[in-house]
Amino acid sequence: MTKIVVDGTEVDVPAEYTLLQACEAAGAEIPRFCFHERLSIAGNCRMCLVELKGAPKPVASCAYAVKDCRPGPNGEPPEVLTRSGQTKKAREGVMEFLLINHPLDCPICDQGGHCDLQDQAMAYGVDSTRYGENKRAVEEKYIGPLVRTAMNRCIHCTRCVRFLAEVAGVPDLGAIGRGEDMEITSYLESAMGSELQGNVADLCPVGALVHKPQSYEVRPWELSKTESVDVMDAVGCAIRVDARGREVMQIEPRVHEGINEEWISDKTRHAVDGLRTQRLDRPYLRENGRLRPASWGEAFGAIAAKVKSTDPKRMGAVVGDLAGVEEIYALKALMTSLGVTNLDCRQAGEAIDPSWGRAAYTLGTGIAGIEDTDAILLVGTNPRLEASLLNVRIRKRWRMGPLAVGLIGEPVDLTYPHTYLGAGPETLADLASGQHSFAEALKAASRPLIIVGTGALTRPDGAAILAAAAKLAQDNGAVTPEWNGFGVLQTAAARVGALDLRFVPGEGGLDFAGIAGAGSLDVVYNLGADEVTIEPGAFVIYQGTHGDRGATRADVVLPGAAYTEKSATYVNLEGRVQTTNRAGFPPGDAREDWAILRALSDVLGRRLPFDSLAALRRALYAEHPHFAALDAIAPSDAVATVETLSALSGEPSRTAFASAIPDFYLSNAIARASRVLAECSSLARVRGLEAAE
Amino acid sequence: MANRRLAPASEQPAAFAFSSENAEWAKGQIEKYPQGRQASAVIPLLWKAQEQNGGWLPQKAIEAVADELGMPHIRVLEVATFYTMFALEPVGRFWIQLCGTVPCDSCGARELKDYLQHRLGAPGHVSADGNFSWLEVECLGACCNAPMAQINQDYYEDLTPDLLGKLMDDLAAGRPVKVGSQVGRTSSEPLGGADTLIDATLFDGSRVGAWRKRFEDKEAEDGSEQGKAEAASSEQRAASEPKPARPDAGRAVEKPVTDAPAQRAAAGEMPVKAGDTADAADPKESTATSPTQAAPMPAPETIAKAEAAGAEAGTQSDLPRNEPPPQPAASGASADIAEAPPVDTKPSTAKASSAKPSTPRSPAPKKGN
Repeated sequence: MTKIVVDGTEVDVPAEYTLLQACEAAGAEIPRFCFHERLSIAGNCRMCLVELKGAPKPVASCAYAVKDCRPGPNGEPPEVLTRSGQTKKAREGVMEFLLINHPLDCPICDQGGHCDLQDQAMAYGVDSTRYGENKRAVEEKYIGPLVRTAMNRCIHCTRCVRFLAEVAGVPDLGAIGRGEDMEITSYLESAMGSELQGNVADLCPVGALVHKPQSYEVRPWELSKTESVDVMDAVGCAIRVDARGREVMQIEPRVHEGINEEWISDKTRHAVDGLRTQRLDRPYLRENGRLRPASWGEAFGAIAAKVKSTDPKRMGAVVGDLAGVEEIYALKALMTSLGVTNLDCRQAGEAIDPSWGRAAYTLGTGIAGIEDTDAILLVGTNPRLEASLLNVRIRKRWRMGPLAVGLIGEPVDLTYPHTYLGAGPETLADLASGQHSFAEALKAASRPLIIVGTGALTRPDGAAILAAAAKLAQDNGAVTPEWNGFGVLQTAAARVGALDLRFVPGEGGLDFAGIAGAGSLDVVYNLGADEVTIEPGAFVIYQGTHGDRGATRADVVLPGAAYTEKSATYVNLEGRVQTTNRAGFPPGDAREDWAILRALSDVLGRRLPFDSLAALRRALYAEHPHFAALDAIAPSDAVATVETLSALSGEPSRTAFASAIPDFYLSNAIARASRVLAECSSLARVRGLEAAE
Repeated sequence: MANRRLAPASEQPAAFAFSSENAEWAKGQIEKYPQGRQASAVIPLLWKAQEQNGGWLPQKAIEAVADELGMPHIRVLEVATFYTMFALEPVGRFWIQLCGTVPCDSCGARELKDYLQHRLGAPGHVSADGNFSWLEVECLGACCNAPMAQINQDYYEDLTPDLLGKLMDDLAAGRPVKVGSQVGRTSSEPLGGADTLIDATLFDGSRVGAWRKRFEDKEAEDGSEQGKAEAASSEQRAASEPKPARPDAGRAVEKPVTDAPAQRAAAGEMPVKAGDTADAADPKESTATSPTQAAPMPAPETIAKAEAAGAEAGTQSDLPRNEPPPQPAASGASADIAEAPPVDTKPSTAKASSAKPSTPRSPAPKKGN
């Protein structure tokens, strides 16, 4: 620790701190453009200049280490002045230079209102200019469907270039030319290839890079901001939902050090327009083979007539990928009271049984825990697409120090160097018998981490693969009471919560494939499962948000609320309990999902014992206490679980693993309704074809 | 400097690959760098690619170099657009880069520019015969022999429109041309031959210690009352007119803080203070000893001879360019002071009337320490 005096306040900071960090520790605010906590230091905007006693000139505090400061003549701690006249004058000079070429188009700039340059010009700018020359004009660039450019506004902070190169690992942007002619662009103006490219517009301190889909539509001061949680994948990124009226306008990341730091994927951000289109806004009833609009009473009446005449043995219920814990709990309570045992939430058919223990379907280390590991084996997964922010964390870990990463499955670009071991289960067997060189790396690791993707479990031999991976984890000391280095990478936001609720077949019950199979059941209650088609024969009640595959197959459609329209609990792939918050109301006659089930239960004569969300949650928490601990991960006995898993029987086949997410941009009903994501998807397909050539 | 962009697609070759010889050379360059740092070879490789491609870098060459080094294409494009030594559009067989920066401009680069404009047309275009293209560039660092132009790898200096025309004719016709100054001067020495640093005492060690002698003599003079009084008055003045330690803090204020010659000239005063000029050219201030007492000067003479001979032959010094020039024999670092008795170094009594305030001085240093 080193002492340093900032504006007369002495603080004690680690020697490796920069002056900027030291000043912030002392409570001083330092303006900056190019500096960003999570990116490397560039030191090229010069806005963070401070006066350092003894230094001949002001120094850039972001790039000047505390340990490089010289003590005073009598050994006094170095002194920094952040509010002195010299500091202010220096920053005013920098600001004047930045504004020489910056256009005065704030009134039509999308960044207006949340622009760093605008804010800092209020503090350090002058009200007139001394330059009569023309401003620099720079051509607009095409850098992808998600980010619009207005390059006249660029101040060359290079945050976008550094983000893509360092965090996203897809170095598509660069600065060409030099001096005044420097321009930010991608190679020959091709679209950026990162699934995190939307973040560059967030990072841009000016309006040079702005979100293309929201162009000219949003002003920050007219939005209501709701803190929520993302459900596009199982990572559960912290997001802020910005709505105007009842319409969600944009989704921005929120800082959560344990999950997404401050990035979100493009799917999370740009599924917004999917929330407006293809929505179910009233109940529908199938008559003569066609769905017709109906009232809630008619719909409930049709359901009650059908259910009352059906044997509970011939009834089933399934849960999709986006359902919250509350509605799953209500559905389970309703079905149990009807005596139905054909329940399942494992839409993709994963070989996971919640009775094995929670460690069998969550990622034990947690996402932040990835930073502690020293060897990672990925089995049948492509984390870049299945859990983009988890992949970012692995990349971050790789940047921190040597990390051995082995991949079994599809050969994909993970954005960090890794050893491609093989395509199928036999490689796992080779690894277990030590025949592969990566086996030594895994053995030598003190905290190895084995991640099994759902793509490896949604096969007939899923249990055998899980057993093989668990055995490997055991043999390599990946699971100890201190370190749980075995995990399953879930891809659906609803899955962990549903498994926690044991929404799986009861005694003698059918699993998902059995329920969806032709002619097996007479009535199926489908809570938002859109990825699996239920075969003809059964009377299907679909409760969901979008007119997607599930609604097309349904006989009765009950319109529910999307994740931005309700307060619902989701459990992410770490097992962390989080809740969304309501940013707007569901469209038309659509209702919150738990309320629909509560109302239906009344019609069916099995009234559920709660009249409000609070009452539901009281009942839920009484039965499953861990849901009450928000933002916490309930501990689980991983050692016992892995022992159970490795004892599973089965013979792995020789088929190669396939990813659980065939198309990253179109993985759920909301994303499929989004025009923006459809464009991204087609671009990604073209890119994939080009790469295959 | 215009925006540097890749040449239009119509001028881009369909493919680029290093010749086997150049590929071998590139491999050698890459091997210079440790594993994982191959990208360091990007500039040599681009340079070679440009050479192979007739002096300019096509898009395919940038991509080939990027693939060779395992770099993203954009990273190599950044380098290629940053350095002006990479031409991104086709150039003539002889690429003329005419310096247009101030020293060359004031020595006649503008006439050269007009000449090139007249003979070759607008800059950046290859002449019809494919021989020439030209561009005005910023300082190439040969201001001493301004105006100058770089044609392919060589500098041609002291140009006039006539000389440049003749040079271009010779180049186009394949006749041998003279690199460097076109008026016969050697490197950057004055036009009429060397006229400075020819004082032999500079090189024989006789001047070593002269400054001490001068100070000692001055010390003896300053024993007088006048020196002391002057020193005291300057201290008084400093106390009554304190100068700020640093410029006024806060916003820039509209007041001159400097005492520049231009400001004085504007105010109708003499641009240079009389006090500053008083002893600037005083020959009595010279510390030089008489050249008649010069000791032998072996090394400098040989260089001068070699260069003079080179100048007559119309070539530059044949000393290897990539080696530092030989230094004169250790110039009296260990020479005995007594060997070169200074004769003219005694300051005259006129020194006392100098406007320069003399500073109070500590007692004379002990002899022989």
